[in-house]
Parts: sequence; C-alpha cells; structure tokens
Amino acid sequence: MLGETSPSTPFGRRPARTTSLGRSLVRGGVHLLCFVPLLTLATSGLLGELGANPIEALVRGLGDWALRFLVLVLAVSPLRRLTGWSVLAGYRRMLGLWAFAYAGFHVASYVVLDQFFDWANIGHEILQHKFITAGMVALSLMLPLAATSTNAMIRRLGGRRWRRLHQAVYVVGPLAVIHYVWMVKADITQPLVYAALIAVLLAYRGVMLLWDVRMGPSDQ
Amino acid sequence: MLIRRPSDIRPSEITPQSAYMSRRQWMTGAGAALLVASLSAQRPARASSLGAIVNSAYSVDEKRTSLEDVTHYNNFYEFGLNKEDPAKVAPGLLKTRPWTVTVDGECAKPATIDIDSLMRAGDLEERVYRHRCVEAWSMVIPWVGIPLSAVLRRFEPTSKAKFVAFQTLMDPKQLPGESNTLFYSWPYREGLRLDEAMHPLAFLAVGLYGDALPAQNGAPIRLVVPWKYGFKSIKSIVAIRFVEQQPPTLWNSQAPNEYGFYSNVNPNVDHPRWSQGKERRIGEFARRPTLMFNGYAEQVASLYSGMDLGVFF
Repeated sequence: MLGETSPSTPFGRRPARTTSLGRSLVRGGVHLLCFVPLLTLATSGLLGELGANPIEALVRGLGDWALRFLVLVLAVSPLRRLTGWSVLAGYRRMLGLWAFAYAGFHVASYVVLDQFFDWANIGHEILQHKFITAGMVALSLMLPLAATSTNAMIRRLGGRRWRRLHQAVYVVGPLAVIHYVWMVKADITQPLVYAALIAVLLAYRGVMLLWDVRMGPSDQ
Repeated sequence: MLIRRPSDIRPSEITPQSAYMSRRQWMTGAGAALLVASLSAQRPARASSLGAIVNSAYSVDEKRTSLEDVTHYNNFYEFGLNKEDPAKVAPGLLKTRPWTVTVDGECAKPATIDIDSLMRAGDLEERVYRHRCVEAWSMVIPWVGIPLSAVLRRFEPTSKAKFVAFQTLMDPKQLPGESNTLFYSWPYREGLRLDEAMHPLAFLAVGLYGDALPAQNGAPIRLVVPWKYGFKSIKSIVAIRFVEQQPPTLWNSQAPNEYGFYSNVNPNVDHPRWSQGKERRIGEFARRPTLMFNGYAEQVASLYSGMDLGVFF
C-alpha cells in the first residue's frame, strides 16, 4: 500500500517486543470492540428499542458502521506513517474484514428484512436507482478483497499483486460515501463528514506518493 | 325568418354519454353523501378534551398505528432531521396558543383569525386516514378536525382563486431547524389546486387520537391530504392564501425532479431514488403494496382525469 516501504509482507514487520500471548489478547480485544456495534444493534432490535421503524434503523445502523470501518481501515496506513507505530499495520486486514462484515450484514438486512427476498424489486432498485447501484458496486468490489484475505491467498497471489488488488478499497470508500450522499434527502452534512474524512485519507496517500517519488522513500 | 331544423344541432353540443353518465354518478354520489351526512348528524357525538367529536364516514376500517409510533416517528425538519427529534424537541419549544391564521389573497373576506374561532366553521370530526410518506412507509391515523372546504368557504374565494398556498410558522426560536438555511428555504410552504383543497377528503386537523395535536405532529393546526404523500400535509399553519398561479412549495423547489407539485400517491411512478410500489406500514413486517391515490382513487381520481400522472407527478 502507498506510504509503506520496507516490510516484506503487506502488513509490516511483526513487532518483536510483544509476546505472542499479549498480541493475541490485544487482537481479541480489538475484535470484541468491533463486535460491539453489531451486538448493540441486534439486542436493541430484539428488545424493540429501535423506534417505530426498526428495520430501517437496523439497515441504516449497519450501513453507518460499514462506512465507519472503511474510514478506520483507510486511516491505518497514514496513521502508521505519521506515528511510526508499525504495529498498527497488523490491524489493517482485521478492520477491512470488519468493514466487509458490516457491509454484508447491511445488505443482508436489506434483502431479508427490508425487502423480504423480493428479488424482482431488489433487481429493479439496483438497476433503476443509482444510490442502490453505487452501494451494490461497492459491496461487489469488497468481495474479492475479503476472499483473498487469508495468508494462503497472499502467498498465492504474491505480495505485489495482492497489494494492487487491495487498492480497490480506494474506490470502495468513495463509492460508499456516494451511496450515502445519494440516499440523503437534502441536508448532506452527515455524508459530507465521511466524504471529507475519506478525501483527506486518500489525498494523504497521493501527497506521500509524490513525496516518495521526489525524495526517495522515507522510513518510519 | 330562418327556422333551425333539429338536425342543425352541432355534434359538439351533444353531451357525450360518458359525461351524462358521470353526472348521474355524481348525483348518486351526492345523494349518498347527503344520506351519509344525515346519518352522521344522527350519530351521537362523543366528548373529548377537544369538545364533541363526530365520527366521519370517510374513515377507513384499518388497524390504527399506535399513538406512540404516530407521535415518535415524525418528519418535521424544523425540529431536526431525525424522526425521533421532533418528539424530543417540539413540545418544549412550540407555543401553540395564542395562534392566529391569516387567510388572504384572491378572496372577498380576507382576515387574520384566531385558531379557535377558525375551527368553529364546522363540527369536529374524527377521520381515520391512511398516511403514506414519500419515503415508502405508512400509518393509519385517527385525526380530529374539520373539512378544509368548510374553512375556506368562509373567506369567499373569488373566481381568480385557482390555487391555495399554505405556510408554516417562521420563527427559528421556536422551530430551530429553520436556522438551517444552507439546505432549505424556510418557511415550509405547500399548495393545492383549489378543487383539490375543496375536495371533501382534504382536512384541517387540530387533534389526533381524540386529543389536541402534539407539537411534533404539527400543532396547533395542520393540513391532511390523505391521497397525497405526507409532505403535502403541511404542519403548524399560520397563513393560507388564495392565488391565481401555482404557488412554490418547499420540497418542489428543493428537488423538482423528486417532489412534484401534485405528489399524489402513485405506485407506478417511482421516486428517482427508490420505488413506490410497496410501503412498510409502521408496526408491520412485510411491505404491502401501495394503492393508487393511497386507496382513495374512487373519491379523487376524477380530479386528475386526462392528466398524465407520470408528467404531473
């Protein structure tokens, strides 16, 4: 990924200081944190605390979190470069998978709860209504990334090809924001916040790329 | 002296069968309406916090949406963009008495009138109407109020009056959303063609579920036009004006390709961003099919005969 230089794998060097038990505990904790929004949405749904239109609240809640995780995953590399914390790189794939999980649950809740498998109408919406189209394209682009997220797939593809493939996230982020902007009625303040975050994170990569080309790669 | 023979009657002078048939239909309808009126007059009024309320024959016999949902799931952007916002914010901010409504424009007797005397134009009725939001959800709501036509007639619209324009209170201190001028051109405005406004289904509500309208539902007085998408039913009205030209409305000026002036409920005309063929009735799981004119086609379809509803959406 842009802005990363020396590591031999796409996730950077394993930090040698941390014990493997400590690392596992931290990773487990992060997984647990990522699981909290899903758990909260599901339980408040079951307890009837999602308001008068719980299905809409659930679909939108899951979509919000998919977008938040996309922002997080795009923030990993810039943060790592700015702070020099190479340990962050180890969480990029995990956050990406959570983004995919939330996007998947988001679409599943739309298909199952909102549309109740009305495939004719779902097809109609994907083809006729551009905000759904954008969302579906975004999810489709995430599929191959999720499918190639195992160590075995990285070895099979080779680091360089794997990295190039996973640059698709630079398209998924903006598409997800466009999906949100097109959905909103008039006041697009909320989606613009996400748009700004993603724009900054992508622009940072562009600037760093130019910088590295001119100055030679800087190390952390 | 030239005497016209019977054969000189031009074809255009002959009333087509469809017209006199529809006249007969209308007479039957008028007769039925009279019968209904006499029936409802006999029906005992029931007491409520608003005074005596008569049940209306225009009510639908469908399961009512719970008061909790009707009062906690509101699109009232003047009090926030989330549907939970109005219930939290509006009751503490909106002062609903004293409240006056100014009626002017193309009419013989323009006036600014106190809401309580305005509502004396007719007996308070309860009408259980379907409510279909443009966002593809719906409710069934027991409104309390009087027919809009009964109010409008008092001001004697002239022959120049072709449309009726409505306006919501403009006061960002009470309706804080009105400070958000970046995206919206407040105050909220709506409009109807005069014949739509005079239609017996068009209603001015001052209450729901037998009590005064909660602030978040458009207190103290709002429009209810059940065959149109919910946003046509403007809330917290302070001005009604008879006009000659089609008046500008907030959502139509905001996004003319998405919100037409008519905005009749129509399952065959999609919103650009989603389909309108089905709706989620609040409180139900599966979506139900949306009905033409929200199920009021029998009463209102004739208002739009000859119009291309795909163009005049």
